[in-house]
Amino acid sequence: MALTTVWFGLIAVLWVGYLVLEGFDFGVGILLPVLGRNEPERRVMLRTIGPVWDGNEVWLLVAGGATFAAFPEWYASLFSGFYLALFLILVALIVRGVAIEYRNKRPEGWWRSRWDGAIFIGSLLPAILWGVAFGNIVAGVPLDANHEYTGTLLTLLNPYALLGGLTTLGLFVTHAAMFLALKTDGEIRARANRLAGQVGLVTAVVAVGFLAWTHVQRGDVASLVLSAAAALAFVGALVANRLRREGWAFVGTMATIALAVVALFTALYPDVLPSTTNAAYSLTTTNAASTSYTLSIMTVVAVIFTPIVVLYQAWTYWVFRRRLSVSQSTSDEEPAAPAP
Amino acid sequence: MNALELARWQFGITTVYHFLFVPLTIGLAFVVAGLQTAWVRSGNERWLRLTRFYGELFLINFALGVVTGIVQEFQFGMNWSDYSRFVGDIFGAPLAIEGLLAFFLESTFLGLWIFGWGRLPKRVHLATIWLAAIGTVLSAYFILVANSWMQDPVGYTYSASAGRAQLTDFLAVLTSPVAIVTFLHTIFAAFLTAGAFVAGVALWRLARGAGEDESVFRTAARIGAVTVLVAAVLVVISGDQQGKQMTAQQPMKMAAAEALYNTSQPAGLSLLTIGTPDGSRELFSIRVPDILSFLATGSFNGKVEGINQLQAQYQATYGPGDYRPIIPVAYWSFRLMIGAGALAALAALWMLWTLRRGLRPNPWVVRAGIVLPLLPLAANSLGWILTEMGRQPWIVFGLMQTSSAVSPGTPAWEVLVTVVGFTLLYGVLAVVEVGLLVRRIRAGLPAPAKAGDESERPIAFAY
Ligand code: HDD
Ligand code: HEM
Ligand code: HEM
Repeated sequence: MALTTVWFGLIAVLWVGYLVLEGFDFGVGILLPVLGRNEPERRVMLRTIGPVWDGNEVWLLVAGGATFAAFPEWYASLFSGFYLALFLILVALIVRGVAIEYRNKRPEGWWRSRWDGAIFIGSLLPAILWGVAFGNIVAGVPLDANHEYTGTLLTLLNPYALLGGLTTLGLFVTHAAMFLALKTDGEIRARANRLAGQVGLVTAVVAVGFLAWTHVQRGDVASLVLSAAAALAFVGALVANRLRREGWAFVGTMATIALAVVALFTALYPDVLPSTTNAAYSLTTTNAASTSYTLSIMTVVAVIFTPIVVLYQAWTYWVFRRRLSVSQSTSDEEPAAPAP
Repeated sequence: MNALELARWQFGITTVYHFLFVPLTIGLAFVVAGLQTAWVRSGNERWLRLTRFYGELFLINFALGVVTGIVQEFQFGMNWSDYSRFVGDIFGAPLAIEGLLAFFLESTFLGLWIFGWGRLPKRVHLATIWLAAIGTVLSAYFILVANSWMQDPVGYTYSASAGRAQLTDFLAVLTSPVAIVTFLHTIFAAFLTAGAFVAGVALWRLARGAGEDESVFRTAARIGAVTVLVAAVLVVISGDQQGKQMTAQQPMKMAAAEALYNTSQPAGLSLLTIGTPDGSRELFSIRVPDILSFLATGSFNGKVEGINQLQAQYQATYGPGDYRPIIPVAYWSFRLMIGAGALAALAALWMLWTLRRGLRPNPWVVRAGIVLPLLPLAANSLGWILTEMGRQPWIVFGLMQTSSAVSPGTPAWEVLVTVVGFTLLYGVLAVVEVGLLVRRIRAGLPAPAKAGDESERPIAFAY
C-alpha cells in the first residue's frame, strides 16, 4: 500500500479516536443541565469525564498535527478555508476546557452555574460543528486551482452539512447517555438509560438520512457496507440499552461512531478535500501529501508510539472503572480502592 | 491594517499569551514532583501540604496553558496557509510528534495524578506526576525543534518542481545546534520562572504572617530562591551560547539587538544607544569596549558585522528589500530580558540573606513577593519577542519572508474578527486565573490531615 494511503488511514484512525472519546465527553457536557438536577448530580457527571477529557482532546491535536505533517496542502486549505467555523470551535473548546477545570475551584452557586453554562455551550457547539465540517469535507467545497477556498462561512452551512451536524449531535448525546448509565449509579443511571433510548430513536432517523444522502453524493459499495454496519451497531446499542446491558450499549455506540467515521473517510478516498468548482482542483491523497521520506519517518514514530498511548489511556479507564454515585461525591472522603 | 499585519498581531498575541503559562507549567511540574517525592521518601506531612498547595496553583495555571495551546496547533493552517504549504514537509513532523509523545503523556498522567490520590499506590501515584513533568519537557523540545528550524533551516532541499522545502535529514533537524541551545535556554528560563513563583508566593504568605505554617513557608521560600539562583546561572551560560549561535546564523539579529550600525572589530557592548528613526545611524551611544566581540564570537578582537553592511550584503544576495528588523524592539527586548532576569536573581539572593536572619514582615517584602514572579515572566516574553521579531522580515530565515507566508484567501475582516475575539477572551481568562491564584494563595496551606487518614484523602482539587 502506498504510504499516502497508509497516512490517510492513520488520520482516519485519529479522528475515530477523537470522535469516539471526546464524543461522550461532549455529550456529558450537553446533558449536564438536562440530567444533572442538582449540584451533587452535576458533580458526579463531571467526575465521570474528569480524569480523561483532556487526554481525549489530544486525539484532535494529534489529528491536526498529523494532517500538517502528512498532507500539508490539506491542512492549509482546510483550516484557512473553514476559518470562522474553526474559530468558533476553538473558542468553544477554550471556554469548555477552562470551565471544566475551574468550576470546582469556588464553592459559590453563581460561580458554578456560570461555568455549567459554559460547559454546555462549549460542548454543544463543537458537537454540531464537527459534523458540519465533515459533511463539507465529504461533499466538497469550492476550491480554486491553487487549492484556495473561495466560499464563505455560509457556503459551509448547507443542508447536507447541517444534517451532518445534527447527526453528530444526536450520536454524541446518545453515546454520552449510554456512558453515564454505565459509569453512574442510582437515579442518574436510570434517567440516563431512559434518555439514551429516547434520543437514540430520533438520532437513528437523522443518522440514516445523513448516511443515505452521503451515499447519493459520493458513496461506493464499501462505504455503503460500512454505513449499514454503523446502523446495525446503533440498533444493537439501543437494544442493549433497553435490556439494561450498559456495557454492551456503550460498546455499540462506540462502534457506531467509529464505523460512521470510517464510512465517511472511505467515501472521501482518494480525495482529501474535493473541489466543487472543478474536479481537477480537488486535493487528493497524492497531490496534498508530504514526501515519502517524511511519511516513512512519521510511520515509524506512529507505529511505535500509538499502541503505547492506547495502552496507557486504556489503563486510565481501568483505574477509574468504578461507578460513581451521589452519596460518594458529596463527601470528600473516599474509601481507598484496592490497588489495580 | 491588512490581513498580513493582523495575522502577525494575532500570532504575537496568542503565542506570547500561551507562553505566559508554559514556563510556569514546565517548572512547577518539576517542583511539585520534587515536593511529592520528598513526602513519599520522608513521610513528613509538611511536604504533603506543600505538594498540595503548589499542586493546586500548578493546575490552575496548567488549564490555561492547555486551552491556549489548542489555538497554536491550528493557527498555522488558519492564518499562515502558504507557510504551511511551503514548510509542512519538514515543520509538521515535530508538531505531530509533539502531540503523540508529549501531549498524550502530559494530559493522561496529569488526569491520573489529580484523580488518583488515594486510589493509586503511593509510588505509582508519584510516578504519574513525574511522567507528566517529562511530558512538558518533551513538548518543549519538539516545538522548539520546529521553531529552531525557522531560525536556522537545516536538513532540507528546496524542490523547484514542488515549490516547497523538503526534508532530507530529520536527524539534522532534531539535533541542530540552534535547537539544542534554544531548548536548554528555554527550559532553564522555565525553572527560573517557577522558582521565582514558588519563592514569591511563600514570601507573600510569610509577610502576611503565616502563623504556625511559618517554617513550612520558609522552606518553600528557600527552595524557590535556590532554584532561581541555580537556574539563573544556567540561563546565562546557555544564553551566551545562543548569542554566539545567533551571530553565526542570523548576524542581522545580533546587530539589531546591539544597535551596531557599522561593522566593528573589535565591537563594544552597548549600554545605551539611540539611533535615528530610519535605523541607519547612531546618534548617541555608551559602549564597553571589546565586550560585544567576546560575547558574539568568543574573542575580544572578533569582528561583528553591522546593520548597514548586512543590509547591503542581503540586498546583493536576496534582491532589493529591507532586511532590517525593527531595531529598537530587538535592542530593548534583549536588554530588558537580561535585566529582568538579573533583577530576579538579585531578589532571590537578597531573600536568602534575609531569610537567614529571620525575615521581618514589612510592606516591602510583600511587594517584592508580588513582583518577583513577574520578572522572569517578562523576561520570557521579551526573549521570544527578540527571537521572533529579530528574525523579521523572514519567517524562515533566508528562505521565506513573512509577507509571502500569510493565507492568501482569508479576508482582513475575518482575521480582525478572530484577533478581537481571542484578545477579549484571553483578557477575561487572565482576570479569572489571577483571581483564582490569589484566592488560593490567600487560603494558605491545606489543613494538616487528621491522624489516621494522613494521605489517603483525595486531594481537594479532584472535583
Ligand atoms: C517551550 C515550550 C513551549 C512552546 C514554545 C510552545 N508550547 Fe505549547 N505547550 C507547552 C510548551 C510549549 C507545554 C508546557 O507542554 C504546555 C503548556 C501547558 C500545557 O498544558 O502544556 C503546552 C500546551 C500546548 C497544547 C495543549 C496540549 C494539551 O492539550 O495537553 C498545544 C496544542 C500546544 N501547546 C501547541 C503549541 C504550538 C503549536 C506552539 C508553537 C507555536 C507552542 N505550543 C509553543
Ligand atoms: C512560545 C513562545 C513563542 C513566542 C512568545 C513567540 C512570539 C512571536 C512573536 C512576538 C511574533 C511576531 C513577530 C512579528 O510579527 O514581528 C511571532 C511570529 C511568529 N512565530 Fe513565534 N513565538 C513563539 C514560539 C514560536 C514557535 C514555537 C513557532 C513555531 C513552531 C513560532 C512561529 C512563528 C511564526 C510562524 C510567526 C509568524 C508571524 C510573524 O512572523 O509575524 N513561534 N512569534
Ligand atoms: C545573561 C542573560 C541572558 C542572555 C545572554 C540571553 C540570551 C538570549 C539570546 C541571545 C536569545 C535569542 C536567541 C535567538 O533569537 O536565536 C534569547 C532568547 C530567549 N531568552 Fe534569553 N538570555 C538571558 C536571560 C534570559 C532570562 C533571564 C530569561 C527568562 C527567564 C530568558 C528567556 C529567553 C527566552 C524564553 C527566549 C526565546 C527562546 C529562545 O530563543 O531561546 N533569557 N536569550
